[in-house]
Amino acid sequence: MSHPQVVTIDRKSAPRIAFSGDQLVEVDLPIGTRVVYPKPPLAGLKDVDAAIRYALNHPDGSPPLYAKLRPGMKVVIAIDDISMPLPPMKRPDVRERVLTIVLELLKDHGVEDIEMIIATAFHRRMTADEIKRMVGDRIFDRYYPKRLYNHDAEDPKGLKEIGVTDQGEVVEINKKAAESDLLIYVNLNFVPMNGGNKSVAVGLSGYRSLQAHHNPYVLRKCWSYMDPAKSELATAFARQGKIVHEKLDVFTIETTVNNRMFDKPLEFLAKNEDDWSPAERAAAKALIFTLKKTPQAARQAIFERVPAPYEVTGVFAGATEAVHPKTIERGFEQYLTPVRGQCDILVTGIPFISPYNVNAFLNPLLVQVMAQGYIFNLYRGMPVVRKGGTMIIFHPCTDKFDQVQHASYIEFVHNLLPETRDAVELHKRYEKKFAANPAHIQAYRTGNAYHPAHPFYMWYWGEPGRQHLGRVIVVGADNEYIPKLLGYETARTFAEALEMARQTGPANPEITMLHTAPMLMADVTEA
Amino acid sequence: MPASYFDVDGTLVRTNLVHPTLYYILNQRTPFKSLVKLAKTALRAPELALAEIQDRRIFNEQLFQAYEGMSHDRLMLLADDAFDSVLKKAIYPAARELVARCKSEGHEVVIVSGALDFLMHRLADYLGADCVIANRLEIKDGFATGRLLRPVVAGPEKARLIREHASKNGHDLNECYAYSDSYSDVPMLSVVGHPAAVNPDGKLERLARTYGWPVLTLKKVS
Repeated sequence: MSHPQVVTIDRKSAPRIAFSGDQLVEVDLPIGTRVVYPKPPLAGLKDVDAAIRYALNHPDGSPPLYAKLRPGMKVVIAIDDISMPLPPMKRPDVRERVLTIVLELLKDHGVEDIEMIIATAFHRRMTADEIKRMVGDRIFDRYYPKRLYNHDAEDPKGLKEIGVTDQGEVVEINKKAAESDLLIYVNLNFVPMNGGNKSVAVGLSGYRSLQAHHNPYVLRKCWSYMDPAKSELATAFARQGKIVHEKLDVFTIETTVNNRMFDKPLEFLAKNEDDWSPAERAAAKALIFTLKKTPQAARQAIFERVPAPYEVTGVFAGATEAVHPKTIERGFEQYLTPVRGQCDILVTGIPFISPYNVNAFLNPLLVQVMAQGYIFNLYRGMPVVRKGGTMIIFHPCTDKFDQVQHASYIEFVHNLLPETRDAVELHKRYEKKFAANPAHIQAYRTGNAYHPAHPFYMWYWGEPGRQHLGRVIVVGADNEYIPKLLGYETARTFAEALEMARQTGPANPEITMLHTAPMLMADVTEA
Repeated sequence: MPASYFDVDGTLVRTNLVHPTLYYILNQRTPFKSLVKLAKTALRAPELALAEIQDRRIFNEQLFQAYEGMSHDRLMLLADDAFDSVLKKAIYPAARELVARCKSEGHEVVIVSGALDFLMHRLADYLGADCVIANRLEIKDGFATGRLLRPVVAGPEKARLIREHASKNGHDLNECYAYSDSYSDVPMLSVVGHPAAVNPDGKLERLARTYGWPVLTLKKVS
């Protein structure tokens, strides 16, 4: 018997709803198609502040936080940036709650030398307003900008090499953090690839350290990103994390949230369409119509202004190696839906948001990241689609970029992708030079732009999907140029896309739709 | 090896050509001479304003007429002070950082400015730039004539001078970088493979956004 979150389409089934960027589309799936839905949200913790205090006082693999504190010590608190959760959560953000309690504790123990660093690595700097929203007004007013600021991975004086892994990889992190007496990491774990050794060793690092794992060779060996046990990326993070923990006193605080992405009026979007009430069906029709008639800029503005009502489902603190498995387990509990057997054709919508375009447009490079990077990797066990299979996605693939955040992406997509799509060639021939562009680096350091190496990382991110999939077909693209640059084919309708996919697949292909968002993961086992 | 070409006024420093000129006007040998020079220049203000709108080259030529009659010795004598009290204080906080980044990437850093060469050499030394392309006053019998030697560095001429510099020094222009704040420098930005708008005016910012050129601000330090 299949799982309640796995629905098979029959003659009476309603059309499914999929994201196509910032619009919704109705999809008529063939009879027999399997649709994998997200699990209902886990119950949120009743008293989050109490859970935080309990975790700090009863940590795993470490003395309690208070026992590590002494007056006059230097403490650095590193914080995850707003690339997670998606969309940003309603205030108060769980990071604000954790920080409020941690800062109180530090004050009570006479610790005054405190700096807070947002662990952005090569992500863009967060703006003052975004930081304020994340840490809350009180903390912001007291610490920003001198003692609460973004990490700068290109500051020649701001990084310190703390060691080398047994494989010769340099571990270089933020100097303030490296020279602190205690480093506290405040994490928000949205997907299972977040947190753990990725926090300090990646979020606070520089180019020399990032090169060790953010390259096509490592990313090709991840089955999947979301399953740390089978991810070369997680293994590489662990090698660097080992050095970090040998050299520094790190106290990790990890938090998990459920998948309640939509507030009450839109909650039905996460449910099986056959179970919708007449009111929900009418609301869906109205929403599709309204979005269709609303200009793109207005749609984006609306989506950017609606935070998600995520609830905190877990707080874990202590030594990273002891804490992280618990965090992962809680994440799996929320996301994993058991799925038996792979399919030939994987169907999925691509939403308007990714970790790399908070408050910006989802540009073509990020469409690729979402399709072949994130959504393809939303599995444990084996990919949802068979090797050489087809992925059908819904997205307009508009040739539009946020010119502040993604200036270097424009150059990457329009100057480099026409030369080659081969990730290894891009890595060998272009990355070093492109990533050293002083103008883009300056825009990263003083503006709100992603580092010029980041578009390469985004391309590499799609590497597991690119290596595994036979074809990607886009439905609803508003141009053919961008899909072609990304290596995709285009179809005007879903029926046409299916017909195209059938030409290179078995006569009666098995079709699966991943009904995301909200977040889900398929726990795929042999049929 | 690529080169990085930097405009100066508004790009690396917040002052423009008028500020150092004013410094020289106010530091004539006697206060009376300063007053006379100031009055003469003030009378020509509308003419200068019109020239600025029409053609940057004409503006430069007219502005530098204010140096007429100043001795070469005095120009040099005051250059260090003019640099310290006008230009040095006006350098944008992140300008040195950006120039240092270009140097560390092995670029030849070239200052391309309509300002006067003796001031630009001091700026180049201070920032660590390698070469200066700037305007030069004509000196006759030890005194400035108020005219500029050809070529006058401004607008499209900057692009030609950059081409010439690149060709002489073996730089592939496709690999080179250029930085400016002004729409009047679009020709200079357009000849290199990697242009960037720095603290741009509205027109340049719109153009930069259209072509996907990076837009930076050097007004903030990292």
